[in-house]
Amino acid sequence: MPLPDKTPPSADASEKRSVGKGVFRKCDGCGETTYGSVLADRFGVCAECGHHHKLDEAGWCALLLDDGALDQWDAELCARDPLGFSDGKPYDERLRAAQRSGRKDAIMIGRGALDGQAVAFGLFQFAFMGGSMGSVVGEKITRLFERATDARLPVVLVSASGGARMQEGILSLMQMAKTVGALARHRDARLPFLSVLAHPTTGGVAASFALLGDVNVAEPGALIGFAGPRVIENTIRQKLPPGFQRSEFLRSHGMVDLIVSRLEMKASLGRVLSHLSGGRA
Amino acid sequence: MPRAAVANFVLPFEAPFVELQERVRELRAAAERDPSLLGQLATLEVRAGELARDVFSQLSPIEKVQLARHPMRPYTSDYLSRLCTDLVELAGDRRYGEDASIVAGLARFRGRSVAVVGQQKGRNTKENVRRNFGMPNPEGYRKADRVYQLADRFRLPIVTFIDTPGAYPGIGGEERGQGEAIGACLYTLACVEVPVVAIVIGEGGSGGALALGVANRVMMLEYAWYSVISPEGCAAILWKDGARAADAAAQLKLTASDLSRLGVVERVIDEPAGGAHQDHERAASLVGDALEAALEELSLLSPAALRDDRYQRFRRLGDAAIAG
Repeated sequence: MPLPDKTPPSADASEKRSVGKGVFRKCDGCGETTYGSVLADRFGVCAECGHHHKLDEAGWCALLLDDGALDQWDAELCARDPLGFSDGKPYDERLRAAQRSGRKDAIMIGRGALDGQAVAFGLFQFAFMGGSMGSVVGEKITRLFERATDARLPVVLVSASGGARMQEGILSLMQMAKTVGALARHRDARLPFLSVLAHPTTGGVAASFALLGDVNVAEPGALIGFAGPRVIENTIRQKLPPGFQRSEFLRSHGMVDLIVSRLEMKASLGRVLSHLSGGRA
Repeated sequence: MPRAAVANFVLPFEAPFVELQERVRELRAAAERDPSLLGQLATLEVRAGELARDVFSQLSPIEKVQLARHPMRPYTSDYLSRLCTDLVELAGDRRYGEDASIVAGLARFRGRSVAVVGQQKGRNTKENVRRNFGMPNPEGYRKADRVYQLADRFRLPIVTFIDTPGAYPGIGGEERGQGEAIGACLYTLACVEVPVVAIVIGEGGSGGALALGVANRVMMLEYAWYSVISPEGCAAILWKDGARAADAAAQLKLTASDLSRLGVVERVIDEPAGGAHQDHERAASLVGDALEAALEELSLLSPAALRDDRYQRFRRLGDAAIAG
């Protein structure tokens, strides 16, 4: 049998050469390949299927705040290790490793404007230890509500968090009570709190302030719930139905008001704020 | 578990003490008939006391967790029946259902009318099915929230008994808004203008415990635990191995003495020798004295000051974990 001819290099193969990281991006929803820059221009929303990809801090600020400008409060606040916690790697080291990204902890807060309306704005940074709420996050959310109350500003808070930070133990749990206390004072002052639920919002964040918005706005397809799906599956020993704990599930069960695409998010929040700030009755 | 099996439940480290206690009991019965045995009884009682001190002063965190879960440990209803009179249990959240894993109601405690709320475990399988092993669903938390608001309206102090492995992680609970239900409890307790005293009597499992824990004074029994996550849950996440719960328990700093040091609880309530399950009467009377003292102290504060005191109490927690 003759040996097959050696296949000459085809034009197709040359296209497989790397064109640099991030130029193309495969959609996590539909698998379509698209230009990374197109996805970035659309704030991580797939043009084909509408899937919402993770959005970084600059992206969120550009999306929701006028000129993308956030005048940050307490940007320098960092955690230390109150328990001497180690899971093989000391918490101190874990913090330092996470801080190499330039983030100090898992939230940024500050003052900005949304459609011309001044707001106190908070944004969870999921990339920092899963957006987990330890004492720094709890303190900054508390200050967000306290400053907003003093300055008579509405609060817009974008949550994306796996819940309380295990490495700070009980002190993380206490942040749930602390933040909700500050929210209560803000609400007493009749100031609006718009809670934006991004993917994912679970555990101690979902069980404190995140579902207590005057208006709760979720991104499409975000995982939102108290217990994580794996914990539930292990407890009840059965598979969870498709769509369980997703935004649409929460809306149909009465837990969120609106599911809004990122591309409509700013307009939608602006409309709600203008109503809540314009009451004359 | 049949009743007899529960009654005989003995943890390995408490076995020597339990055996000695048994002999004390036998000798005491014998001494009633034969007073010449009284001297021997006194000696044995001293030895039992020493043994309890030796063993129980060296307990590891996971051993304390085991004591907190001891099936003979006094539960909320055991304290209510001993400490309160005129108990009127209130049922239902007025929205969905009645959740027996939380008991709530009105009662008289040493001369005061109070509102009481506590998680309730069962002592046997049948009771545990009804009580869901002390793991509330949203309707339980909404019942608690309703009773908090009732207490605030009628100016009754709120007393809570915390004893839960955690809020129940199930499909129905998520459908009915477990997160929102717990958050709403935190919110209401932050707002009420009456004294709130919380007592962690057994297990303080995470947010499901905290929903009863936003208090002016938080007290904790010596061998109770209170944590952001159960040791098993923590071990499963960190090491994918729930069997390393002992390591996790040590890391989490979840014992009463740890939490006292961290400023999370104001007072640790001593337990009878060998643990609260050895003597429900004595445990209840120790809890009652601590509770009375706390209510007495808080009765001096005005309604607005009570709310502010609670705000400032939690406002400080976490300062130790912030650099600079």
